[in-house]
Amino acid sequence: MDERKRWRAPLLSLIFLLLFLGVWQVATQPDAATAVAADDEYAALLGAAAAGGGQSAMPTPAEVGAKLWEHLSDPFYDRGTNDKGIGIQLAHSIARVLLGFGLAALVAIPLGFVIGMSPLVYRALDPFIQILKPISPLAWMPLALYTIKDSGISAIFVIFICSLWPMLVNTAFGVSSVRRDWLNVARTLEVSRLRTAFQVILPAAAPTIMTGMRISIGIAWLVIVAAEMLVGGTGIGYFVWNEWNNLSIANIISAILFIGLIGMLLDTTLARLARAVTYKE
Amino acid sequence: MNAPFLKVEGLAKRFPGPRGKDGLTVFENVHFGIEKGEFVCIIGHSGCGKTTILNVLAGLDEASDGVVIMDGKEVRGPSLDRGVVFQGHALLPWLSTLKNVEFGVRSRYPDWTRHQIEAHSTKYLEMVGLGHALHKKPAELSGGMKQRVGIARAFAIEPKMLLLDEPFGALDALTRGTIQDELLKIVLATAQTVFMITHDVDEAILLADKIVLMSNGPLARIAEIVEVTLPRERSRTTMHHDPQFYRIRNHLVDFLVNRSKAFAEEAGAEGCDPRHPPVVRPGLAAPSAEIVALPAGQPAQTHVTKASA
Repeated sequence: MDERKRWRAPLLSLIFLLLFLGVWQVATQPDAATAVAADDEYAALLGAAAAGGGQSAMPTPAEVGAKLWEHLSDPFYDRGTNDKGIGIQLAHSIARVLLGFGLAALVAIPLGFVIGMSPLVYRALDPFIQILKPISPLAWMPLALYTIKDSGISAIFVIFICSLWPMLVNTAFGVSSVRRDWLNVARTLEVSRLRTAFQVILPAAAPTIMTGMRISIGIAWLVIVAAEMLVGGTGIGYFVWNEWNNLSIANIISAILFIGLIGMLLDTTLARLARAVTYKE
Repeated sequence: MNAPFLKVEGLAKRFPGPRGKDGLTVFENVHFGIEKGEFVCIIGHSGCGKTTILNVLAGLDEASDGVVIMDGKEVRGPSLDRGVVFQGHALLPWLSTLKNVEFGVRSRYPDWTRHQIEAHSTKYLEMVGLGHALHKKPAELSGGMKQRVGIARAFAIEPKMLLLDEPFGALDALTRGTIQDELLKIVLATAQTVFMITHDVDEAILLADKIVLMSNGPLARIAEIVEVTLPRERSRTTMHHDPQFYRIRNHLVDFLVNRSKAFAEEAGAEGCDPRHPPVVRPGLAAPSAEIVALPAGQPAQTHVTKASA
């Protein structure tokens, strides 16, 4: 792109953002004229403006901004079970995702290697993979809760299950489609099977494996919110559900923003790792 | 006569046909030998099984019939004794030039120190003129340079025999010429035994001591073996002034254009023995030699053969 016109895209982004915030502001504008006297108790519960009907529970951008600032200025406080800083909640979610994802990688990559190397194992396991892959990870939740009897570990198990398939399928595909020529080179040079696996097949399949890992972590981050809504206790998913019960939409919107940011961070980290193992032919 | 260094006996490749139908025999009854230090090229139209023969020699493919004996031992599976230069260079793209060569050297000499391996690999890369590109990735090299790395990798394991599968097929004419000269120089210096597939008649005459001509597949076989009777010290720039060059060239082109297709009947009629394919010395008095009576160096002829080569 033209060097001088580089600022155009960010400028347009900014315009879109301001437009969106403007529409939001107008839509949530408190309307004093239609205010109706309300029951005191009801007003105490919802806030005067909302109870009066002049304003919905939907906050204005400024209110969400204030809430965001509140969260950012003290993210790690802990005042009992239902009142923890958003940083702590996010940390719980990230820890679960990384643990489940890591365990899945430990299983999926070696297993994918075996499947990719052996057409027999591939054909034998294919029906299982095809049936298990499309199952919503949350469908495993009751089974996990019943067998594991621990909600925290069950959440990790759900993450494990949902991260498993993309990594498994991609690893198997990457390994089985390593260029014949490269394997023949290793064969004519009498390179041992183990050395071939680590020095030819692994680097050759690494970009495909990394793609699988990137898909997996994306799915894991999607699923953790839902899983935590179910299991409760800690985590950003639980936080969202808790704030729904409090009818604090500003908190929910803040949490949504943070979920998006962390998801982007996880994705770019994996993308960067993928770039490190990519090779040009 | 003693058994040659490499002996191919009754080699055949057949693919089973669909249920109840006849299979496909790509080639059969292939017999030939290669002496130590000899450079042998094989020429034939696509589909005659040249690459399969090379892969069988490399140990990458299995023949349906017949044996290959090298240095008194049967060839079973790939071995460091036979270095292969692949058609598509087959460099590992995530490794630098040097690491690509070291990859083989480490296999060949597992007891060597890192320093020894590096020095040895560097030596061979310098031999092909790539001393300046040791740390470049294959993607940063031109096609000719990549193929040079492939050649260096094959030479660096110091194999008893080198197998080249149309190594210059994908290169432009100028680059091809330079690398041919380099290969010729290295082969002369190291007295390497070489078996090479090519489609280029000039390339075969420049490099080879003997040229194996295959008839068309299916049911391909060795039609004849042409001895290149030019002096061993050849040069690409002066070779075509030798009248003998054209006699050999015309013979080869004539075979490829006119005779390779109908060879099966021709051979059947003559009743020739596949165990001892006729050895031909075009332009010299020799048994069964068919001298193509065309004036040497005729421009029109050169043109025609270029197109068909």
